[in-house]
Amino acid sequence: MEKTTNYEKPLPQIRPDTAPFWEGCKRHELLIQRCSDCGTFRHPPRPMCPECNSLNSEWVKVTKGTVYSYTVVHDRPMPVLYLPGFANDRPLAIVLVELPEAGNIRMVSNIVDCRSEDLKIGTPVEVVFDDVTEEITLPKFKPTA
Amino acid sequence: METLKDKCAIVGIGQTPFLLDSGRTELSFALEAIKLAIEDAGLTSKDIDGFVSYTLDTSASDAILANNLGTPDIAYAGQLPHAGGSGCGMVAHACAAVMAGLADYVVCWRALTDSNFTSNRMQRLAVHQPFSRDADDFLRPFGWTLSTMEAFAMACRRHMYEYGTTIEQIATIPITARKYAARNPRALRRDPLTVEEYMSWPIAVDPIRQFERSAIADVGGACVVTSAERAKACRHRPVYVMAAGQGSGPLPGATYEMWNHRPVITETAAKYLAPRLYNMAGVRPEDIDVAELYDCFPFTCLALIEDYGFCAKGEGGAFIQDGRIELGGQLPLNTHGGHQAEGYIHGFSHVLEGVRQLRGTSTAQVEDAELVLVGSAWTCPTSGLILRR
Repeated sequence: MEKTTNYEKPLPQIRPDTAPFWEGCKRHELLIQRCSDCGTFRHPPRPMCPECNSLNSEWVKVTKGTVYSYTVVHDRPMPVLYLPGFANDRPLAIVLVELPEAGNIRMVSNIVDCRSEDLKIGTPVEVVFDDVTEEITLPKFKPTA
Repeated sequence: METLKDKCAIVGIGQTPFLLDSGRTELSFALEAIKLAIEDAGLTSKDIDGFVSYTLDTSASDAILANNLGTPDIAYAGQLPHAGGSGCGMVAHACAAVMAGLADYVVCWRALTDSNFTSNRMQRLAVHQPFSRDADDFLRPFGWTLSTMEAFAMACRRHMYEYGTTIEQIATIPITARKYAARNPRALRRDPLTVEEYMSWPIAVDPIRQFERSAIADVGGACVVTSAERAKACRHRPVYVMAAGQGSGPLPGATYEMWNHRPVITETAAKYLAPRLYNMAGVRPEDIDVAELYDCFPFTCLALIEDYGFCAKGEGGAFIQDGRIELGGQLPLNTHGGHQAEGYIHGFSHVLEGVRQLRGTSTAQVEDAELVLVGSAWTCPTSGLILRR
């Protein structure tokens, strides 16, 4: 995907607690955080395991998902509810993807290569990477062929 | 274990009209509502010694209120996190303060104007960034605004998938709200609504429709809480607090930034609060005569009906049919018209309407109403009340 220099949409800030996720995306690897003591997956990344309170974690590569739920943004009742750069992205499909390779935890993303009217709960998807800036790559999903 | 059951009462209520584009400040609405509530209680502003508010309220601090009201001393000032989830929680905190002897007469309030609420929305959410910063970075790049709508849409879609709930069923919430609003001169949306009209509204954040959002206007609301003993000397019949509390469930959030990761996204924080409320009051869902449940969007109200145990999870769509939530039905719901039709005030009007029902002064009065359940928004923590006359 083509890099743009005038990317207007919100970008994540890379912080110590979340950096391995974004560094993985940059290498086109979707890494999900797992507790290295009890093995419980968690997302979004955070310092402590809510199961066992361990501060030790590792990162597990995943590729596959299933659409758990979704919404398609056609319009918003208040213009202030458009984020910068998104006003013309209509319809915009936001998907909640369940990750079977990571204990069925879920992440929010967008779907690509899929008409919004074809979107269904249960659709198998696989991760693709959108290099939106020099520094940031966003993980997105497309229906599995 | 001693609880606050029956130890405190709501003795005064005040609500300004819902005005469109009033040009007035939120502070003026807060003061007008508080003045009405104090008068309604048969008190003066010199009696007030406590204030409780939402952190998202931008109308005034307790100090600014005191400077206007001329209250001689603030003995207790409390703030609850966030907004819509904390309407009932304010009363819980007021009761706790009164029971602990920290204050005698505590005012809870909420005031907002459409212009301030709407235009400053993103700015106010940014203020909450410290609560949600890392989670936001996994939402906003994908177009999720941190508004409520995406979370409700995701949950609603999943509810439809798991339980077969239909949009036509959900439409019963705003359609019924309009029927109650038609009886309520304060209400903004008093025209009847048909299922056909509802279905014709453009889809906004699928499956949520464009005009499903609350009737937002300029308004203030307030109530006065005191001890059951002092309540006897107040002007009106006291409305006793049988149970009050807050609840979040696992993975709470400032808005809805963690909602997607909760074990069951169709389940609200009320699922965790409800058993504690019913235990504290010593009543069951079937004992409740009237329910006033937060209805910023129709589906959110449907989920609260289920999670407060008025029907099984997933059966809300069928439960609300056949007039069951109308006046004369099994569970009259949002008898003021709620946020869908009366107007939007972050769940506080639901508390005020609960009090009216138990005083016998609602514009849609439920005959012999003895027990009212009030439930606030999904946001974590949510909160609830069981009130009795």
